[in-house]
Amino acid sequence: MAHVSVRKVDIAFGTVSVLDQLDLDVQPGEFVVLLGPSGCGKSTLLNAIAGLLDVNRGQIWIGGRNVTWAEPKDRGIAMVFQTYALYPQMTVRENMAFGLKIAGLPRLEIENRVREAAAILQLKPLMTRKPAELSGGQRQRVAIGRALVREASVFLFDEPLSNLDAQLRNELRVEIKRLHQRLGATMIYVTHDQIEALTLADRIAVMKDRRIQQFSTPEKLYQQPANRFVAGFVGSPAMNFQAGVMERADGGMRFRSGAFELPVDVMAHTGTEVELGMRPEHILVGESEGQDEGGMPATVEMVEPMGAETLVWTSVAGLPFSVRVDQRRRLSVGQKVSLRFPSQEIHLFDRETGARL
Amino acid sequence: MTARQMVPDGPRPTAFGPARLGIYGFLVVSAVFFLMPLYVMIVTSLKPMEEIRHGALFAWPANPTLAPWIEAWSSACTGLKCEGLKVGFANSVFITVPSAVLAITIGMVNGYALSLWRLRWSSLLFGALLMGAFIPYQVLFFPLVRMLAAIGFFGNLAGIVTVQVIFSLPVMTLLFRNYYASLPYDLFKAARVDGAGFWRTWRSVMLPLSGPMIVVALILKVTNTWNDYVLGLVFAGHRYLPMTVELNNIVNTTHGEREYNMEMAATLLTALVPLAIYFVSGRWFVRGIAAGAVKG
Repeated sequence: MAHVSVRKVDIAFGTVSVLDQLDLDVQPGEFVVLLGPSGCGKSTLLNAIAGLLDVNRGQIWIGGRNVTWAEPKDRGIAMVFQTYALYPQMTVRENMAFGLKIAGLPRLEIENRVREAAAILQLKPLMTRKPAELSGGQRQRVAIGRALVREASVFLFDEPLSNLDAQLRNELRVEIKRLHQRLGATMIYVTHDQIEALTLADRIAVMKDRRIQQFSTPEKLYQQPANRFVAGFVGSPAMNFQAGVMERADGGMRFRSGAFELPVDVMAHTGTEVELGMRPEHILVGESEGQDEGGMPATVEMVEPMGAETLVWTSVAGLPFSVRVDQRRRLSVGQKVSLRFPSQEIHLFDRETGARL
Repeated sequence: MTARQMVPDGPRPTAFGPARLGIYGFLVVSAVFFLMPLYVMIVTSLKPMEEIRHGALFAWPANPTLAPWIEAWSSACTGLKCEGLKVGFANSVFITVPSAVLAITIGMVNGYALSLWRLRWSSLLFGALLMGAFIPYQVLFFPLVRMLAAIGFFGNLAGIVTVQVIFSLPVMTLLFRNYYASLPYDLFKAARVDGAGFWRTWRSVMLPLSGPMIVVALILKVTNTWNDYVLGLVFAGHRYLPMTVELNNIVNTTHGEREYNMEMAATLLTALVPLAIYFVSGRWFVRGIAAGAVKG
């Protein structure tokens, strides 16, 4: 368990700046996910924490020690890679023992640690095999095992599940979460998959454009996205966005876009150009036109069954909105329905800055 | 005659039409064309001189004999001495083995350092090294002779080995740099997290993966060094003239009648080593070249 702190770190490759004045504070034992689209600098940040990449400016602290200039092996970290990065010519056992052997640990100690890790990850029957003889999921478990034996206080995961198929990804995700609960170690996990992020993290740092856009709990990220980018990136199916302006009417504020009007709780100057955000799961579908008090008339334009739910594409006053409904709800193309937009679920973002209003 | 209606089903039928026939015909003729000289050399080397004098170049030897081969190996005259090719063979081995081992080892370490450690000037350094591959040797002979002479490396085994290593370094480095660059970079990062340093990472992680490329490098380097003539002539000195130079001396030294059978045998003997290497390792050679293309 160690505290990890990234302080005002700049990283540039040549003239291309990748991280800009970046701060990140990870509490001991916390599971933090760095989430972002490819090229946002999340892997760069992880590599910098690991010591595989030099920072141009700023400091990195792990466990109360300034490790900015320390070698990776001296930082008390262990790392798991997307491509597994197992040594192909070594057996599973040798792969796991390699780092300990270099560190000069006594043979007995090495054996104990490897055995223990193998038991946790159920690798015992595979110990004498070479990586080529393992499946993708097994390889990644070995890679996790190799990290485990280091008994590091910080574990770094660089998109560890991205090369696996959907089912294995789910299994290993659960395994990683269990591991975190069992070890209580600090874990920093890079991914572009929001499901992984939301399920694993204590806190998520959403990254884009060399910066952290929002760093908070999965719930807060989902309920109160700090800006337009976070709102659009987190949540699946994605949030609906409609551009419009703010207007004052009947003593309250209204969002307006063409014929579409919606009363909102947010205070803003009249004429402010904003974007309305509404999650598909928060829009309520009434039976049919006119029957529902306060509902807006809408037409079903497309229906996408997704198993447990169905995503329904509708048109409201000429604006498209996707709505998530229970799969038992039978809606057909062309059907008239009425939609309600609960005001507590409405998000508004400044169109210029993208910031939440 | 009505064409029989074929329903497309299963493997597509291979058409053996006139075009295909033409291709095969051309291939056979080309093969014969290129094999003919080899055939003539082999049969000539097995004939006694009386048969050769008859002039039937393509005839099968009536009384096959190995005497020309034995003479070429052990008693043919290379200038003043008459000890055959065996001296040249031994010299070529003495030159080839250490220069191959050194060039490959250094090339491997160079390639490893340049591809994975990404040092500040590495791309510049690599560019300079590559330029070296394009400089014609002849330009360097005179300065190199003077430099080697100054440190006592001229005209001896150490001299020729040094020259052989230096001249093959650009290609060896390029070969291994590209190979290591094709390996997943995460592997290198994992080794660093595990605490392995420069040499340990190379020895424990990279070297065991280098097998296919070592085979390729070995073939290139051994055939190249074995076939070299001009470097050996200039830098090896009298004592360590390689087999190619000795072969030339045999062929160009004539006392009375020209012994075609012995000369053919000598030529074949000289060509035997590269030929054997191609035959033995052709399979690995192809595999090694392909190995660079796919990631593990």
